[in-house]
Amino acid sequence: MNTIQDKEGVKRYMLSLTVNGDPHTVVVKANTTLSQVLRNELALTGTKQGCELGDCGSCTVLMDGKPVNSCMVLALEAEGREVTTIEGVAEGAKLSDLQESFVNHGAVQCGYCSPGMVLSAKALLARNPHPSELEVREAISGNLCRCTGYVHIVEAILAVSEGRTTPPEEANAGGEA
Amino acid sequence: MYLPDFDYHSPESLDEALSLLAGLGSGAKVLAGGTDLLHKMKQGDLAPEALVSLKGLDELKGINYVEGRGVVIGALSTQNDILYSEVLAKKYPSVSHAAKKMASNQIRHLGTVGGNIVNAVPSADLPPILIALGATITLASTSGKREMALEDFFVEPASSVIEEGEILTEVAIPDGGFTGSSYHKFGLRRSGALAVVGVAVSARVENGVIQEARIVCASSAPKVIRAPKAEEFITGKTSAPDTLAELQAIVESEVRPRDSIRGSAEYRRNLAGVLAKRALIDAVESGHGIHAED
Repeated sequence: MNTIQDKEGVKRYMLSLTVNGDPHTVVVKANTTLSQVLRNELALTGTKQGCELGDCGSCTVLMDGKPVNSCMVLALEAEGREVTTIEGVAEGAKLSDLQESFVNHGAVQCGYCSPGMVLSAKALLARNPHPSELEVREAISGNLCRCTGYVHIVEAILAVSEGRTTPPEEANAGGEA
Repeated sequence: MYLPDFDYHSPESLDEALSLLAGLGSGAKVLAGGTDLLHKMKQGDLAPEALVSLKGLDELKGINYVEGRGVVIGALSTQNDILYSEVLAKKYPSVSHAAKKMASNQIRHLGTVGGNIVNAVPSADLPPILIALGATITLASTSGKREMALEDFFVEPASSVIEEGEILTEVAIPDGGFTGSSYHKFGLRRSGALAVVGVAVSARVENGVIQEARIVCASSAPKVIRAPKAEEFITGKTSAPDTLAELQAIVESEVRPRDSIRGSAEYRRNLAGVLAKRALIDAVESGHGIHAED
């Protein structure tokens, strides 16, 4: 791995990785986490930093398709890997079905957990297109929503697995009681 | 939150990694999944001068059945590799089940079996079921390899016999005579929670009679421990309710839990006995398969 050393002896490493399909090369210190590279070097601030200890899941990204906490991954460990952030989920200005479903189900409240939730859900549906409610709950159990909006989030994910992005019609027909 | 500064090395073979470690000495730490190591560094508990990343060591990956050795699990296998392993699903679903009980999906994609062992905390979820199944581990250094029973690896409190310059390369579950095994964990939540207590049991059962058993407890002492008196007691008996009640009492007398924010010593003592009983019933009645609750 190519390094440069400053006069105080601190090394910087040349890191190449693919983010949302685009190749990037950045120069980082070894102590930089993947979440810091995404936010500070690549300006992809959709990836949130919450607890920064691997508990809350707000920094979730996909690395080679698998959800990981990017705060617990050294940037240098992502050398040569393919990373997907929330910015890579929509197709241009068009939201993905999952994002559309989150919006339509009111599954976004303060929004801080939403990028991680969507990526955990995306990984689940890629592996298991028709999960049970329990499987959905397990898949997002590493993503904490402090607005406690889990019910709508689970419904939004299940809807996509059933080919919908909106709540079932009977739920809409009655309106608010 | 920034980590302290350190040098980073990513060797491409085990030999290269071992030479690097030998040269760097006590200031270097091995980086596998990083979920424990980076956590400690972020908390200020560790500030290594250098990290030697194992990510390029493909020889430490994979879960395979090897004739004569049993199920060989590369140390870099992640907890999700264990959870989704077809080999383990066939031979020891109980091991996959223990992995499923760990942390969260995101952490299970990073954390490795080698790290879970070398971190050597008494609450680790994989060591109990691996010890119950008689697993051995291999430690490599520039002076060669040594193999030992996993149960001999841990030292109280929360430490191990690993030496500077050594890397844990693999875990092997031998084709033992055990006909069943199970791991029961009680955590304060179903996800992202350390074990308040975890108990693994393996058993060799013939015509309903237990010929041999291992009972291994996590979060029940300053290291993962076996309960030898309980193991001896249950040998030659069946899993009749009266016998199990006695077994519970013996396990409760053998564990040495402490008070912590996760549970009082008294509560944990009782929990260890109850979980041992439940795990034994599974090991006797359900083979290595997972129990109905999940």
